[in-house]
Amino acid sequence: MKHTRAMVLVSGDPLSLERGAMDVYNRLQDEIKAFGIDQEVNVTLVPELGRHDAAPLVVVYPEAVIYGPVKPENVHYLVEEHLYKGRVAAELQASVKELSGKIAWLTARKGTLPAEQRIVLERAGLIDPTSVEDYIVHDGYQALGKVLAEMKPTDVIDLVSKSGLRGRGGAGFPTGTKWGFVAKAPGSPKYVICNADESEPGTFKDRLLLEGDPHCLVEAMVIAAYAVGASEGYIYVRGEYSLAQERLHLAILQAKEMGFLGKNIFNTDFSFDLHIHSGAGAYICGEETALIESIEGKTGQPRSRPPFPTTHGLWGKPTLVNNVETLANIPAIIRHGAEWYRSFGTPSSPGTKVYTILGNVNMTGLIEVPMGITLREVITIYAKGMKDGKAFKFAQTGGSSGSVIPASLQDTPMDFDSFNKAGVSLGSGALLICNEDNCVVDMAKVLLNFFRKESCGKCNPCRIGCQRSWEILNAISEGRGKMEDLPVLMELSANLANLSNCGLGQTAGTPIHDILTHFRAEVEAHIRLKVCPAGVCRMREKVLR
Amino acid sequence: MTVEIPDSDAIKQAVKNAFSKHGTTVDELIPVLNDINRALGYLPAQALQEVSTTLRVPKSQLFSVASFYQMLSTKPRGKHVIQFCESAPCHVVGGREVWDAVCDHLKIEDGQTTPDGMWTLLTVSCLGVCGVGPVMVVDDDMYGNVTPAQVPEILARYS
Repeated sequence: MKHTRAMVLVSGDPLSLERGAMDVYNRLQDEIKAFGIDQEVNVTLVPELGRHDAAPLVVVYPEAVIYGPVKPENVHYLVEEHLYKGRVAAELQASVKELSGKIAWLTARKGTLPAEQRIVLERAGLIDPTSVEDYIVHDGYQALGKVLAEMKPTDVIDLVSKSGLRGRGGAGFPTGTKWGFVAKAPGSPKYVICNADESEPGTFKDRLLLEGDPHCLVEAMVIAAYAVGASEGYIYVRGEYSLAQERLHLAILQAKEMGFLGKNIFNTDFSFDLHIHSGAGAYICGEETALIESIEGKTGQPRSRPPFPTTHGLWGKPTLVNNVETLANIPAIIRHGAEWYRSFGTPSSPGTKVYTILGNVNMTGLIEVPMGITLREVITIYAKGMKDGKAFKFAQTGGSSGSVIPASLQDTPMDFDSFNKAGVSLGSGALLICNEDNCVVDMAKVLLNFFRKESCGKCNPCRIGCQRSWEILNAISEGRGKMEDLPVLMELSANLANLSNCGLGQTAGTPIHDILTHFRAEVEAHIRLKVCPAGVCRMREKVLR
Repeated sequence: MTVEIPDSDAIKQAVKNAFSKHGTTVDELIPVLNDINRALGYLPAQALQEVSTTLRVPKSQLFSVASFYQMLSTKPRGKHVIQFCESAPCHVVGGREVWDAVCDHLKIEDGQTTPDGMWTLLTVSCLGVCGVGPVMVVDDDMYGNVTPAQVPEILARYS
């Protein structure tokens, strides 16, 4: 039997691949074979090592030495020194300056940086996502075993309720309550759907989990199905995530072979079957009823609610729809208990949240931190400050459907309730940090352009409201705006929020409302003076006669 | 050179392949259309007709699905398809300049195909690789941290 003494991870994110990670990966395998140690050393291409500095990265475990940027011609030396002779190849190590805190979570494991708390992404990037054995060694399927051996479905729901877990898709609905609704709903069969149609601009947390730890999701879905009494499940993955789909297919196959999925799981009389359903590029399908329509082979147009999917979902049957990140919390909660989970985050929003940090900062990437951290902390600690020392102007949170948060609100704790109170939205966890060189009108224009194109066209407030708002913003950004446009914009924004059928339209007007509340002077400058203070908008006519 | 239209046998084969992979239940409609679109570059009317017969789904529903989703196309596309992310995260890190460079280089605009049938240029919403914006996808190859100066060099890799 193969006995692995060292594990080598190569970063396979798009940037690393562009910089030759594949060559490094192939060279590593060749060299390891050439040294005759291929039975002892395991090389894995992982989707993402969290940060993009010094790419491509090579990390060697168990010592957790980080090398980068590694070039194919360095590989021979690296293998000879570290893996063959057992010495750290110091010359190739990523320099301290490049790495200080940048791979925070790797160093956190060695106790040097408090940095992050990983529950959802505990294993992503550290295990071989194509190996079920690797997952099992890292506590995988333990929670499922515990659930099927010791717990009744109601116990599972009680435990999830007690943990205080809230849906991570953006709305923050208590997960245990939702599970309870589905479990109590009459009718059969019941369905469990995982919403992996991650299309919120700036969000890629689910992709990381699907590519890096697919078995975690499979395990969570089996547990969820057992709790609510479902016999069939779907993972709705967006069409663009082909690697994630591949990994999930493999994971499902492996889980079936091992008896974690399929008929009589763990020799109990509980059976559950899981399918992958690929999307075809429509943002609206992230809305749960649109997603259900899409699985039924129709256009993704949201249904009217109520009735909610918990009672009338897929094929009109009770259906549980949960986000990837929500489900990924479940195995850890089962293993460690509700008390443990509540020790992270705030009392009303326990646990951690995965954020993607983007924009004009020194470090972009992905972090998982306890709920309740502030924007200022994220920018100074994890993003390592603003790029080129420019001033922080606003943040756009939660993808397009979130809020534009001005610098004055950067000390609000980021949890569901504090954000609600401040009138802003947490959304999916994307944090787009923008500096003084960005124009709010331009930003709102880009966001409305997105909604204008992604609106499904079912209800008028959204279909017409998004288009009209975009036209007005476009006129303002070209110096053709009038002061009378502003109340019209406010009205459109309010109508979108109040009259639209689903979440897309209801949030589409938020950026307009936010920029007119927090940055009115800047918008008015575009109209009164025909000047874009940030110098972004290309004013067509300086003076309008 | 103009855009190539697949012949009848190629269409039949693509439809057959998709059904043998996904099965013939209506919940597999979108994966099936996805596969056919990928194999042929778009969804010809003949393919939709065959899917309609097999799945017993009205053609009107098929056309509405085929025209609703961004990854499906009812019109032939160029030999290479460029998908350019126009969402906010790419926009604030220089996406607009790169977009201008692409348009200038190919002399076409959003949604158009070059006269020689080589390139189709599309703007798309977020592609989920925002950490390395601006992002542009050519066929299946993803390019991150693109600068305007890199555009001619990237496009020259395709023939």
